[in-house]
Amino acid sequence: MIDTTNTKSLETAAHPENLRRVAIEPVSRVEGHGKVTLLLDESNRVQQVRLHIVEFRGFEKFIQGRPYWEAPVMVQRLCGICPVSHHIAASKAMDMIVGATLTPTAEKVRRLMHYGQMLQSHALHFFHLCSPDSLFGFDSDVAKRNIVGVVAAYPDIAKQGVLLRKYGQEVIRVTAGKRVHGTGSIPGGVNKNVSLEERDYLLKDIDQMVEWSKAAVGIARQLFEQNLDLYNNFGTFKAHTLNLVRADGAMDLYHGGLRARDMDGKTLFDHYDYSHYWDEIFEDVKNWSYMKFPFLRRLGPDDGWYRVGPLSRVTQCDFIPTPLANQARKAFMAFNGGSATGATLGFHWARMIEMLHAAELIRELLHDPDLQGNELVNIGQRQERGVGVIEAPRGTLIHHYKVDEHDQITRCNLIVSTTHNNQAMNEAIRVVALQYFDGREITEGLLNHIEVAIRAFDPCLSCATHALGKMPLEVEVLDAAGERLSSLSRSSDGTFSALA
Amino acid sequence: MSDTFHLDGVEVKFEHGQTVLQAALAAGKYIPHLCYHPEFKPHGSCKLCTVKIGSRTAASCTMPAETGLEIESGIEELNALRRTLVQMLFAEGNHFCPSCEKSGNCMLQALGYDLEVHTAGFRHQYPDRPLDASHPDILLDFNRCILCELCVRASGEVDGKNVFALSGRGATKHLIVNAASGQLKDTDIALGDKAMQVCPVGVILKKRIGFSIPIGERRYDQRPISAQALDDAPRKPAGAKP
Repeated sequence: MIDTTNTKSLETAAHPENLRRVAIEPVSRVEGHGKVTLLLDESNRVQQVRLHIVEFRGFEKFIQGRPYWEAPVMVQRLCGICPVSHHIAASKAMDMIVGATLTPTAEKVRRLMHYGQMLQSHALHFFHLCSPDSLFGFDSDVAKRNIVGVVAAYPDIAKQGVLLRKYGQEVIRVTAGKRVHGTGSIPGGVNKNVSLEERDYLLKDIDQMVEWSKAAVGIARQLFEQNLDLYNNFGTFKAHTLNLVRADGAMDLYHGGLRARDMDGKTLFDHYDYSHYWDEIFEDVKNWSYMKFPFLRRLGPDDGWYRVGPLSRVTQCDFIPTPLANQARKAFMAFNGGSATGATLGFHWARMIEMLHAAELIRELLHDPDLQGNELVNIGQRQERGVGVIEAPRGTLIHHYKVDEHDQITRCNLIVSTTHNNQAMNEAIRVVALQYFDGREITEGLLNHIEVAIRAFDPCLSCATHALGKMPLEVEVLDAAGERLSSLSRSSDGTFSALA
Repeated sequence: MSDTFHLDGVEVKFEHGQTVLQAALAAGKYIPHLCYHPEFKPHGSCKLCTVKIGSRTAASCTMPAETGLEIESGIEELNALRRTLVQMLFAEGNHFCPSCEKSGNCMLQALGYDLEVHTAGFRHQYPDRPLDASHPDILLDFNRCILCELCVRASGEVDGKNVFALSGRGATKHLIVNAASGQLKDTDIALGDKAMQVCPVGVILKKRIGFSIPIGERRYDQRPISAQALDDAPRKPAGAKP
């Protein structure tokens, strides 16, 4: 395993002048738009590697002044892949604003929606976005390395991926009103229950979904078994972790306290009340990315970065409270002396364990009569501040709002799963660069290795850019020949300076 | 006394005092409209109900029905103009259906669907008018106002309060409230007022309702506006005894 301290120098080259720049733009088969830049010397040795997110959103700004009950519907437009995550995180924050204690029906309908989301998003990632790499090889023929190629070569696997995703979308439609961008979750509860007819419709296929999810865990395991050395070491580095856990230490994707552990497994904090997350988590900005760099305050901006998402959740929870997924977790943790638990490609295996967990939870919930309850909303004493945290498919998602006495939002901060993983993704690609690039001729297949490392995190780049107001910018004026005539830089503290 | 005119070649009976639009709706014939409301005096401002009478065009909500008129309404020439009018209304305001709580209950949106308005057509003006959230129970989002004056008419004619008015001229015309402070909290508006019920878009909103009606149960989820407008139409001429 490569010591991560070796990668620190790769964030910024000591002497960037005269280095050759190679850009991967856009990074493909991820959500949103990003690019990777590499600076190489004349011997093709890597001197600098950066993942840049080049989109900009701005939701925190334009939601100011809007009524609070609009937020759960508006913010989900951040994304079309896991809008339910934002819908529910914002709703949880607004639950605090309206002083709500959810009724059993409201919480269970929301949970069902969230598990449908987890199922469809994980299926999309594993089957549509990643399987071309894992089934054909990282540097296989680029013309076939896509979902169409998978359909041609592995029609059964492709079909299962499509139908698993479809089922998750149907769970969302039943609970939220639409497959994408529904309105089911509202401050203090939900706007509909699940009718018996809707329940029976979903029950019809759930056993098949559990079976296919189980088989998908098997595929993920097989990939490790077939190429142990590659899967254990590819882009692998040690990282601190962050995730929600239930009061008894179980995995809980909807609610819990925050658990942070350092890279050696030592607990930094546990069952931490997220309603004042800012005492433990802070955000740094860098002048080369629109995405912020969150860190654990107690460890500081340089060493406090961490990893969120399926790999952290599966390895750091004490157990998974559904039998098949828990069994799968035990096998994952024990595999080859635990080697997969720290591997970057272990994300895929962990993701499939979570997909199985989501399918089991959906089956369990569908048999719960509370879903047909009629007590949908429960409102209490109004509060000024609301924080909502959930475990979204890609990791911990934080929504934080302040609302004034006229019901208007005055402040909003979103720390999105992919943002938490910003530094971790940069580490992963720097490790891959060290492992594969140094001195070699650059080919498409070699560049895809970088993308494979990014894809392991299932990043959603469109969700992740929230450096509003602190956004560092550089403006360059070039002449017709591309030579720089003048330039101006704005740093993260807002000061301007002319670049040399 | 009953007489007839022809609408798109079909004979429509009318009674004295009815406008073309009133007679058409009472007879089960839909003509698209937005600022017309069966309980209020016709206004003739949105022009969506424009019909062709020979070589002339007229707003059918203000045009008195007359015997023997040959009227065209459901023709592509007029529907294309109606689409343009709807596009202009969308471009003038901040009609962001994805996050608007009136979505599914909004007449402008429903008309857009019914007339198959698929594109923006015009550059959006993105007005930036502050919300009036001063009232404890009522919110005003002026950025969605289409200047139909239904709230003005309801507040004046039914509620007897004159809470709303239009101010300014031409492109600067905008909705105001009748208070020295300019704020809704200083008016005598109440939740039960007629003015609270008539806004066809998402300007006048009861607070904390938001998205509490699920998708599928909102007004225009059920049936298109062309069908629902007929349900609302009085079967007797305005002012006639039941």
